[in-house]
Amino acid sequence: MATNKTTILNLPEEELVHPGNRACSGCGLSIVYRTGLKALGRETILVVPPSCLTVLQGLYPIAATQLPCLNVTFASTAAAATGVLGALRARGKTGVQVAAWAGDGGTSDIGIQALSGACERGENFIFICYDNEAYMNTGVQRSGTTPQHVLTTTTPITGKHQKKKDMPAIMAAHGIDYVATASAAYPLDLYDKIIKAKTISGPKYIHVHTPCPAGWGFSARYTVKIGRLAVETGLFDLYEQENGNFRLTGASQKLLGKKRKPVDEYFATQTRFKGMDTEKTRIIQEEVDQKWEVHEKAAAGIC
Amino acid sequence: MHIIESGNVAAASGVQLSGAQVIAAYPITPQTPLTEKLSELVDAGELNAQYIPVESEHSAMSVCIAASSAGTRAFTATSANGLLYMNEQLHWAAGARLPIVMCVVNRGIGAPWTVWNDHQDAMAQRDTGWIQLFCCDHQQIIDTVIQAFRLAETVRIPVMVCYDGYILSHTYMPFDIPESAAVSRFLPEFAPDWALDPACPANLNTVTLPDIRPNVRGETAPGYMEIRQNLHGDMRRAIDVVADTDAQFAKTFGRGGNPFIEPYRCDDAEYVAVAMGSLSYHLRDVIDVLRQEGLAIGVAGLRLYRPFPNRAVAEALSAKKGVIVFEKAVSYGYEGPLYADIKAALYDCDHRPAVHNYILGLGGREIKTDDLFDSLRTSCGADAPATREPAFVGLKI
Repeated sequence: MATNKTTILNLPEEELVHPGNRACSGCGLSIVYRTGLKALGRETILVVPPSCLTVLQGLYPIAATQLPCLNVTFASTAAAATGVLGALRARGKTGVQVAAWAGDGGTSDIGIQALSGACERGENFIFICYDNEAYMNTGVQRSGTTPQHVLTTTTPITGKHQKKKDMPAIMAAHGIDYVATASAAYPLDLYDKIIKAKTISGPKYIHVHTPCPAGWGFSARYTVKIGRLAVETGLFDLYEQENGNFRLTGASQKLLGKKRKPVDEYFATQTRFKGMDTEKTRIIQEEVDQKWEVHEKAAAGIC
Repeated sequence: MHIIESGNVAAASGVQLSGAQVIAAYPITPQTPLTEKLSELVDAGELNAQYIPVESEHSAMSVCIAASSAGTRAFTATSANGLLYMNEQLHWAAGARLPIVMCVVNRGIGAPWTVWNDHQDAMAQRDTGWIQLFCCDHQQIIDTVIQAFRLAETVRIPVMVCYDGYILSHTYMPFDIPESAAVSRFLPEFAPDWALDPACPANLNTVTLPDIRPNVRGETAPGYMEIRQNLHGDMRRAIDVVADTDAQFAKTFGRGGNPFIEPYRCDDAEYVAVAMGSLSYHLRDVIDVLRQEGLAIGVAGLRLYRPFPNRAVAEALSAKKGVIVFEKAVSYGYEGPLYADIKAALYDCDHRPAVHNYILGLGGREIKTDDLFDSLRTSCGADAPATREPAFVGLKI
């Protein structure tokens, strides 16, 4: 259990992202990035592949971020983080965090080889994936983490046929010491997870569910509401896996033993789910219920 | 100290003497013994570098890009498809103006698979913005690696040191390993004028607009096109830096003196054969025999391919009757890439020699001395055909 939970009252006041950046209104990444940089602090070097974050950070010669940032090619994020770490070791510099920050495509699709390699080598970095569940920066094309049935510009009529790739589980399978999920709708939970990740040596992976008004089809004022619904319906779970030990955290932990909201309540809020029908919804509700049965048993100590 | 070792070990010795700080590599034949040697040197504590065994060539160059951006001297090596897999990263390294050095142990490209030597891998990277130097023997490999770091760091442009797979990489030859102290004087510690640092944050390689734009202080910053023109201009200026680096090296170590073209019996020659890499030394034996037959012929080994030393090429070749370009690469649908460049370099000359093109040795096809005699005899003299189409030498079907 995290003992000292951060609250809005003791969150650092210093902002490391400038206001007036190029994020869309209602952008979930804005919350994630603003909170994440507060947790990472100034002694950090960022590595960023092409993504919405590239745009958020501003166009040359103006930058929205007050941290050193290396923009790199799409497939190379974790390898570039490795290179920064190698250089810091070669120069004898200690006390600098290296944080790779990529979207879901840059993490689970084109970036997975370099990320897998870096984890196998045990590189001492934090990899943050903000998962807005499609290639949003290029105009909402399907990615490996787009959920089943979602309409995107490359799954425009019958929706995505395949299921969402479980990236945190793939990362956990690398045997790294810290894997966590978080959500833009619960920034303090994310903050505490990054703070914890900073104390752990080796690769750390944090997968952040990040609602996107433009890509998901909802009004910009509902970003937090929709992020919360994803958790409250049990579709996206907040958890930590520390040294192999899984535990639900925050709002997901509070759902244990309680009745979850039905998944169709979540689907109804976004136009990307307009291809859902009763049967598809029933199957997904069943899958969520089965997943939560496992959570309930694990929490009760029954394996 | 003179030793007898392989070309790959010569390269590794050059990297060791140059004090590379971060080395990332992925194994590919015939580069592999070079990276094995480097990992051995690091493991044994004989080279104080971070050796990072990456999971791909793309990542090898990514590590070098990031390590160089973070202020360290970075090195990698590859061959053939490994080099092609890096292609995106090669453009990135040059565009970001990072003084990375890479050995390219030249090998043909699949499909179909080949592990044997030709130059198609390096030639296919001609327009990535890298400086490309070709070596003819083991001594040139070690010397060029040391020079490459100084050259790269002077002009802030990455450098490829190319040498023939197997023919040089796996053969054993005697070569001199320079004194470490002398190398340190020639190549001081890497002192970048900027590096990734939380004390002085900067957003590197970010999206840059088609037009110029003021920064927050109202100063005009370049647009994408100015940045590209700057790289091109510095590449052209790098020709002089290649010459200066070679001159300084010669002063310190007593070797060099031919930064662009290494001539052999060219002074009084009416005809000159041109080649890159070990083939230019192979041709020397052929030229010696043809000289005995009374043909006034020499051979010019081209050392610097990009930036192209067009003035030196024109100066060396324009007064000749004929130039015969032998190369281990093809620009499919046109001709040999070196042939095209040499013809272009001669275009503005008052006298233009006939220029012939022979393509040979692709995928390790043996280059027969007899074939070289035939090609040269065919292309020299009054009866030489006027054809400009490249001829493939050594075809058997």
